[in-house]
Amino acid sequence: MINIEQISKKYKSAESYSVKDLDLFIAEKEIFGLLGPNGAGKTTLISMLCSLIKPTSGSFTINGLNYKNNKNQLKQLIGIVPQEYALYPTLTAFENLKYFGSMYGLKGKNLDDKINDKLDQLGLLKFAHKKIETFSGGMKRRINLIASLLHNPNVLFLDEPTVGVDVQSKNVIIDFLQNLNKEGATIIYTSHHLNEAELFCTKVAIIDQGQLIANGKPKELITLQEGAQNLEDVFLGLTGKGLRDSA
Amino acid sequence: MHKLWASTYKELLLLSRDIGGVAILFVMPLVLIITVTLIQDSTFKTISDTNIPILLVNNDKGEVSKTIENGLETSNAFEIISDKTEAEAKDLVYKGTYQLAIVIPENLSVDLERKVNQNVNAIIAKFGLDDTPEEDVIEIPKKEVRLYFDPATQQSFKSSVKNGIDKMVSKIETESIYKAFQKQITDDPSEVVFETENFITFKEVVAKNGEKELLPNSVQHNVPAWTLFAIFFIIVPLSINIVKEKSQGTFVRLRTNPVSYTTVLAGKTMVYLAVCIIQFILMLLVGIFVFPEIGLPTLDISGRLPLLLLVTVFTGLAAIGLGLLLGTIATTQEQSAPFGATLVVILAALGGVWVPVFIMPKIMQVLSNISPMNWGLNAYLDIFLRHTGVVEILPELGLLFLFFIGTTSIAIIYNEKKNAV
Repeated sequence: MINIEQISKKYKSAESYSVKDLDLFIAEKEIFGLLGPNGAGKTTLISMLCSLIKPTSGSFTINGLNYKNNKNQLKQLIGIVPQEYALYPTLTAFENLKYFGSMYGLKGKNLDDKINDKLDQLGLLKFAHKKIETFSGGMKRRINLIASLLHNPNVLFLDEPTVGVDVQSKNVIIDFLQNLNKEGATIIYTSHHLNEAELFCTKVAIIDQGQLIANGKPKELITLQEGAQNLEDVFLGLTGKGLRDSA
Repeated sequence: MHKLWASTYKELLLLSRDIGGVAILFVMPLVLIITVTLIQDSTFKTISDTNIPILLVNNDKGEVSKTIENGLETSNAFEIISDKTEAEAKDLVYKGTYQLAIVIPENLSVDLERKVNQNVNAIIAKFGLDDTPEEDVIEIPKKEVRLYFDPATQQSFKSSVKNGIDKMVSKIETESIYKAFQKQITDDPSEVVFETENFITFKEVVAKNGEKELLPNSVQHNVPAWTLFAIFFIIVPLSINIVKEKSQGTFVRLRTNPVSYTTVLAGKTMVYLAVCIIQFILMLLVGIFVFPEIGLPTLDISGRLPLLLLVTVFTGLAAIGLGLLLGTIATTQEQSAPFGATLVVILAALGGVWVPVFIMPKIMQVLSNISPMNWGLNAYLDIFLRHTGVVEILPELGLLFLFFIGTTSIAIIYNEKKNAV
C-alpha cells in the first residue's frame, strides 16, 4: 500500500537530517502509529508522504502511485488532518466543510448530505451553523478531521489528532477512526499518547532522530522488549529518558 | 469552474464577516476624498473663501503704499492687519503667528515721484524741450519693500506673493513715469496723452468639449487621484488575507487539496475587484450628491461612466496583482501591512497623485513611468478632463493589465518554487 524506500530529509538551515534513510511498508487497511519523541521526524515523514515537503533523497509510492507523476490522483487518494486547526475561524462549520469539500470537486446535495452525515457521526450536527471561532478545542479537532475525509480518502494521515482535547472528544474521534478503518481506510497517525496508540493501532513504528528503531504490532514490541509492561516501557527503553528539547 | 466559484464565495463570506474591515475598505476612502477635496478646493478657486491674515507695516503713508494696500485688499486673498511696527511684525512672523509681513519704507511715494521726475526731466532736457534752468541732480536712495515670511511657509506661496508684489510695484512705477511725462507735455491734467492700460495682455484659451468649456475644478482633479489611491490601498487587506491563510494553516490544507494556487488567487481577485468597483461607485456618488451639499463643485461624469468603470476594472486588477504578490511573498502580517501601506504611498507619490509629474525632477519623471498609479491617473484624467475616448486610453489599460498578469504570474511561480515537491 505505502512503500517508503530510503527516504531522507535535511532542511536547509538544519545541521542534521530530520529523517535519514528510512524504509517502511504500511499495508492496506492498517491503523499505523508513528511514534517518537519530540523532533524525532514524525511530522516531517508525514509531510513528505502528503507531498507538502520534498524529500532530500529516496522515494515512496501510495497504491503504486508516485507523487511526481500522479499529483492529482494522489491528492484524491489521501486525506491529511494537520496538527493545527486548518479552518477559517469566521466561517461556520458547515461553510468550512462545504468549501474544503468543493476543492475535491464535490458539490450540491451529495456534498451537503456528506457534511451532515459526518457532523452527526461526530456529534456536531447541532453546531453546523455556528462559527468555528466559538468552538472548543475538541470541537475544532473534530471539524478538522471531517474536512479531511469528505472525499472518502483511501489513506488518512493524522498528525496528533487528539492533542489538547478532552477525554470525551478523544473517544469520539478514536471510535470514528476505527469505524472508518473498518470501512476500508488506511490510517497513519502520529501521537504522543502511547496508551492510546497501544489500544488503537494495529501496527506501530518508533522513530528517533530520523531513523526507524522499531516496527511491529504493539503486543509484539512489548514482548520483545525485556521487562516492558506496555508500549510506554518499550518507547522509553528504546529512546531513553533524556529530554529531547530542540530549537 | 466549480472550485473557482467556491473560492470566490468563501472569500466573499470571509470579507462579509469582517464588518470592521469592510467599513474601513468603504468608509475610509470616502473620508479621504472628502477631506482632501475640501482642503484642496481653495487652490482651484479664483476667489478664495479663506483670507490669510498678513501684517502690513506702512511707513510711507503716501499714494504708493495706498495703492499696494488697495491691491492686497482687492485680491480678497488677505486680511490686512496694519497696527504693528516692523520689529513687532518681524517677531510675529518668525514665531509663526502670521505667514507674511510687508514693510513699506518711509517716503516711498515722495521719493518715487522725485526719482521719476528727475529721470523725465533729464530725458526732456536731452531732447532740448525743457527751457527751465538745469538743477543739480540729487542722489535719491533706492527703496526696498521688505517681505518677512514664516520659515514654515511653502515656497509656492512665497513665490506667488513675491510675484504679486513685484507686479504691483512695476505697475505703480510705470504709471508714475506716464504721469510725469504728461505733466511735462501738457498743463491740462484731463488731457489723455498716454494710454496707461497694458498693451499686451494674455488670455487663457480653455479646452472645449463641443460648446462646453472644460474648466477643471478641485473635484475633477481630486476624485480620480484619490480614488486611485484608495483602490491601491486594497493591497494591504488582500495581502493580510493571504498571510492569514498561511498562519491559520488553511493554506497547508489547500496545498493537499486538488486545487491550483491560480484558482485560489482567482477567487480572491474576483471579490477584491468587486470591492474596487464598489469603492469607485461610492466615490462617484459622493462626488455627485454629497459634494454640492458641502459647498464643493459637483462631479461631472456625464457620458463617461462606462469608460471610467473600464479604467477602474484595470486599475483594480493592477492593485490586486500587487496585493497577491505581496501576500504570497510575505510570511507575517507585520511584513505585509507596513510594507504594503508604504509601497502605496511611494507609488502614489511617483504616480503624480500628490505632485504633478511635470514638476518632478527628471529622474522622478522617468521613474513615474513605472508606477501603475501613473498609468491609472493618466487614464482617469484623460476621461475626466480631456474627454478622450477608449482608443486614447488603450495604452494605459494595456500597461495596467500587463502589470496584473506580471505580478500574479510572479506570485504563482514563486509559490510553485517555494512549495515544489
